[in-house]
Amino acid sequence: MLKFFHRMASPKYFYQFTGKLIPWLGIACLGFMLAGLYDGLLVAPTDYQQGDSYRIMFVHVPAAWMSLFIYMVMATAGAIGLIWHIKLAEVMAISSAHVGASFTFLALVTGSIWGKPMWGAWWVWDARLTSELILLFLYLGVIALYNAVEDKRTAARATSILALVGVVNIPIIHYSVEWWNTLHQGPTVTKFDAPSIDLKMLIPLLLMAVAFKLFYAVVVLMRARCEILQRERNSGWVKELVRASS
Amino acid sequence: MTTANLSQAFMILLRRDLTLAYRRRSEMINPLLFFVLVTALFPLGIGADPTLLREVGPGIIWVAALLAALLSLDTIFRSDFDDGSLEQLLLSPHPLSILMIAKVFAHWLITGLPLLVVAPLLGVLLDLPGAAIRTLLITLALGTPVLSLIGTIGVALTVGLRKGGMILSLLVLPLYIPVLIFAANAVATSGAGLPVEAHLSLLTALLVLAVSLSPAATAAALRISLS
Amino acid sequence: MSEFFHMGGYAFYVWLSYGITLVVLLGNLLSPMLLKKRLLRELARREQRARRSQT
Repeated sequence: MLKFFHRMASPKYFYQFTGKLIPWLGIACLGFMLAGLYDGLLVAPTDYQQGDSYRIMFVHVPAAWMSLFIYMVMATAGAIGLIWHIKLAEVMAISSAHVGASFTFLALVTGSIWGKPMWGAWWVWDARLTSELILLFLYLGVIALYNAVEDKRTAARATSILALVGVVNIPIIHYSVEWWNTLHQGPTVTKFDAPSIDLKMLIPLLLMAVAFKLFYAVVVLMRARCEILQRERNSGWVKELVRASS
Repeated sequence: MTTANLSQAFMILLRRDLTLAYRRRSEMINPLLFFVLVTALFPLGIGADPTLLREVGPGIIWVAALLAALLSLDTIFRSDFDDGSLEQLLLSPHPLSILMIAKVFAHWLITGLPLLVVAPLLGVLLDLPGAAIRTLLITLALGTPVLSLIGTIGVALTVGLRKGGMILSLLVLPLYIPVLIFAANAVATSGAGLPVEAHLSLLTALLVLAVSLSPAATAAALRISLS
Repeated sequence: MSEFFHMGGYAFYVWLSYGITLVVLLGNLLSPMLLKKRLLRELARREQRARRSQT
């Protein structure tokens, strides 16, 4: 096991290994997603309160879970990269930012679309939507900083710090927004609470959650491979690869 | 040459920054003017109905304070970066995070403290009751150091960049949200005649957290930016 | 079948959500693919230039 990790730290080996791994992850992701969609759109019963609109949950909730999960992964990878100077961890951290921002965006948009029939408005300053919006800003800050710093090595390290600062702040922001929300709106019941979850609704939700996790793994590895190609462009194995592909 | 010990180094740095600021005291006025001006724009934008102003006043003043703090952040490392003394600071034998506290403290004395002086005036302009103005001062005293501390991390991350200003606001403003929520709410609550101990202790907790964690992050960020 | 697409009257909201999800996911897949292609082409061009300047 240790040997495996040691070898994975070599960019060349990582590139080759993930090249073989990605198709399998992709197939698994597709399988879970199709099963989840079938289960969620056809098998799961109509909710007696929300009708069929609750089916948005099967993309909204996994996306919201992923948005936070990816930020945690990004900060952890960034911390590992900063402390032990592992380049691969830096690469994983920055490769996570775009996917994370996408999932946050998805959670926001689907939440807002779900809110329209439920609340009668496209946007309500609900605690969760607001937190999600701030999370999107945090992601955009990370991406903007990475793009602004010329030297990508420095950029990756700077964004790792920013991600760590963000991770300390996320619970505080979340708590403060929740607190603010109860003060200003009174204890309105959040409609996004899974409606008295039935097992038939839980299964597609979990299937979609697994599918989204696998999707993240596929995309983050693809991005990491690009990043590695760029960083290792002067090494022998990349030149060989370029020669073979052209 | 003798080397100063840590507390001496701290005081030297603090005095140096204050002296430099004193020589350019006209620059100190700008964020203050900005603070007053932004606040004065709101009645013009939303109407001068006193009950309305009283209701939204705490939020307006705090948002304006947030923006003024953001605007003045850039100066904390700018001249040090330009003349190379920032790199000297990095080579100092003392722990950089302690020196960062000195820099932030000096910066807060220059840019944060003056906000407290004009804040009562703005409170009067927006027709806040006396209790609310008193709470406003306390929240500013507790909150603006947090803004300086968090903001300095952002400045340290963007110090070498040519177009750092826009990015700085993107990095820093989301992190300012908890301060805004607790502080503005405290002012509004005390305006309604209710106790605000809970708000103030939350703000104090934020301040303690920011003082203990952010200097290390600033130091690490500076080392990366200047490497 | 048409009942399935009708989604109990919420068709617009449900399909809009799933549609946007699909678009975002596809975009996430495509962007690294295109990036890789561009990178390889760029590196190949650099290689050629280097070889030409050697001879």
